[in-house]
Amino acid sequence: MNAVPHLSWYLALSAVLFTIGVVGVIIKRNVISMFMCIELMLNAVNLTFVAFSSYFRDVTGQLFVFIVMTVAAAEAAVGLGIIITIFRNRESLDVDDANILKL
Amino acid sequence: MIRYIIFAPLVGAAINWFIGRRVRKEAFISWVACLAVGVSTVVAFYLAFKQGGALTSDAVPGVAPVTDHLWTWLNVGGFRADFGFAIDRLSGIYVLFVTFVGLLIHIFATGYMHDDPGFYRFFAYLNLFMFSMLTLILADNLLLMFVGWEGVGLCSYLLIGYYVDRKEAGDAAKKAFVANRIGDWGVVLGIMLVFFITSAAGQGSISFFDKPVQGVTSALQTIAHMPVESFGWGTLFAGGITSAAILLFIGATGKSAQIPLFVWLPDAMAGPTPVSALIHAATMVTAGVYMVVRCSAIYTHAPTAMFIIAIVGAATALFAATIGIAQNDIKKVLAYSTISQLGYMMLACGVGAFVAAIFHVMTHAFFKALLFLGSGSVIHGMHHEQDMRRMGGLKKYMPVTFITMLIGWLAISGIPIFAGFFSKDEILWKSWSTGLFPNAGKILWAVGALTALLTAIYMTRLMVMTFWGKERFAEEDAGGQADEAHAHAFDEGEKPHDAQLPSAGDRAHHEPGEHVDKGLDEHDEDLTVHAGSGGHGHGHGPFKPHESPWVMTVPLVVLAILSTLGGLVGIPYALSSIVGLNVPNYFERTLEPIINNPSESGESVRAEGEPARPQMLSKEPQPHDGASPLSVGEGAQNEPHTERVATSGEVSQERLFTGISVIIAAIGIFIGWTVFRKRPLKEMPRLLENKYYVDEVYDAALINPIKVGSREGLWKLFDVGVIDGIVNGLGRGVTEIGRVVRHLQVGFVRSYAAIILFGALAVIGYFAYYIFKMAGH
Repeated sequence: MNAVPHLSWYLALSAVLFTIGVVGVIIKRNVISMFMCIELMLNAVNLTFVAFSSYFRDVTGQLFVFIVMTVAAAEAAVGLGIIITIFRNRESLDVDDANILKL
Repeated sequence: MIRYIIFAPLVGAAINWFIGRRVRKEAFISWVACLAVGVSTVVAFYLAFKQGGALTSDAVPGVAPVTDHLWTWLNVGGFRADFGFAIDRLSGIYVLFVTFVGLLIHIFATGYMHDDPGFYRFFAYLNLFMFSMLTLILADNLLLMFVGWEGVGLCSYLLIGYYVDRKEAGDAAKKAFVANRIGDWGVVLGIMLVFFITSAAGQGSISFFDKPVQGVTSALQTIAHMPVESFGWGTLFAGGITSAAILLFIGATGKSAQIPLFVWLPDAMAGPTPVSALIHAATMVTAGVYMVVRCSAIYTHAPTAMFIIAIVGAATALFAATIGIAQNDIKKVLAYSTISQLGYMMLACGVGAFVAAIFHVMTHAFFKALLFLGSGSVIHGMHHEQDMRRMGGLKKYMPVTFITMLIGWLAISGIPIFAGFFSKDEILWKSWSTGLFPNAGKILWAVGALTALLTAIYMTRLMVMTFWGKERFAEEDAGGQADEAHAHAFDEGEKPHDAQLPSAGDRAHHEPGEHVDKGLDEHDEDLTVHAGSGGHGHGHGPFKPHESPWVMTVPLVVLAILSTLGGLVGIPYALSSIVGLNVPNYFERTLEPIINNPSESGESVRAEGEPARPQMLSKEPQPHDGASPLSVGEGAQNEPHTERVATSGEVSQERLFTGISVIIAAIGIFIGWTVFRKRPLKEMPRLLENKYYVDEVYDAALINPIKVGSREGLWKLFDVGVIDGIVNGLGRGVTEIGRVVRHLQVGFVRSYAAIILFGALAVIGYFAYYIFKMAGH
């Protein structure tokens, strides 16, 4: 029987995914890409939750995952709505074009 | 039952206000207003004279008034104020003449205010006034009395400022309101102090009467059981009975126009004449006297306060009389006369002659209402001319007004038989014979006697200028016209003294739009109005004065009869015994039992064993019912029988003083007649004509400093500098901070994300550092 992967594997994967998300949000200009990176971060966190849930034999972590997924769905709907509106107004998906909220 | 007296005028006011303003039929409004007061009058007379009524001899004197408890108004902790009314003999007398004189004046006003655009408003206010005044009189506790007190102040304000388009009227109304407000401050504090004093004695109360059903004890009884405070200035500020007495008296100086708060009353003549008669002569201004007499238990325990009241009263009487002698506006003369007579009443209160004060209130209500309504009739007949220099010879044109005012003149001058004689004479005699301050009493008498002389002189002047002599209105100079407005402007000394007739320069106060109706004849039509000009057109040019309609003359006649006979209820024993009628003073006998709670306070006074005071104080609270005006000496004290007979020495002395009073009055009339019959326009000392410059002094000493202080100090310095400074400074500070901080907003989403990231890393790093540090230990 194969050994169950150690917890640190999951955590490492999660950290990698999260870092990719963070870096993506910072360096990407395309708003859709940024959005996807945010989703990536959320799912990295979800992975952590599930890993710990399995590790501690506690179902609470999985419950949190469901909540996060719900929020993520809602956020996706709202976020895409905003993106569509920005695109209609600016004919562009570059976030640096949406910069009037300053000075 | 009492509630009907009070609420009938309120209902009348409501009907006129809500329905009368739409109906706009003068007949309807008049009937509603007069019926409302009529109901009050009938009920009042019924309650006073029914079997066992307030003023009948079989009523239990003073102790058990007729009461009417409506509801408990306030009941907080130990403090209790009921919405309840009571008639005892004091309020019984008041309510009778207030309702009756009020009814007559309402009837008169239906004629006087004919064709006024604000007819409904006038009568609504007038009825509201009756409601407030009756509340004041009939309230069974100090707080409810204060409600009426404020109510009459409000109605006075509304009615003085009735001619809303005249600035003088509005100013006079505000002046009256402010002056009264200063006094009301004293009343409120006085009421609180009474409650504290009685609370300290274990029976906190502000009620006038014992009300066993509601478990209320009488504050006055409680105070009557306390020791009399000593005479001295220290007691004024000691927070005891004397302080309460003085605080209440401050209210009385406002309402009853005493020095120093009398200034509002002359200006209050800007209101319609029936208002002057009802509010500013007969009823409201005597409220201060009523309060002092009602609280006689408090005052008899505060000799210092009594002394101050006597001084203020005498000073006011003399002061106002000297001013009255030099006024040319017929209503101004009467206004100062009213102040002077109110001074008499206060003098009577101060020397402990509470009954005489009330007696004078009553007779004064008759003859001063008569004089005011008479002057109203003259003004009406003269087409709203108030300057006596433009009258003269009116007796031919206005016979009824002339005869009735003649009676009023004799009554106020103090000619025997007429009402004013008995009351004024009694006050003078009581001042002379007072046991409170025997030496000062002589001076007070002298002041009072001098005032009586002046009273006779200025009233004679008024009569002569108005009804005798040349008909000066006929030789009216072109363009000269006077109206109520001009008469109430401050005559700041620009009156031409040397002119035989006041020239046009005197009459700068025309209201715009009054130059109409020229050459109309003298009948009522020319009183029709250009609406909005205050309701009085001015027939102008050659005209003849005319007698007033019957609605105005009938009240005059009734009041004249009362002014003639009204004094007979209070004939002192010393006089009735001359003609062989050995009746004691009926008025005094009626009122005496309720003045300063019989017996108890007398006992407490005696128990205290103070040598000087008991003698003078136990004079009022004598245990034998009905101490007569003669019961001044100690000898009178020990008379055991109720119908006491004064010693012959006292009787003869009182007769002597009565004789002196008559002689003074006769001299006054003689002087007035000889001087003014020949030269009716004789110029008066400028100082007097300008009222001792009191208004100017008040302006300079009080009003301007307050104005300047408010404008320069409170407004420009404090409000603009401090208050606005704080608010503006806060705003400016926030702006400045924002100007610096806003550079953080670069506008690039990714920079924000980066900032969030670094922030998060910083927080995480911070915690990681500490965790490692703790793990390291």
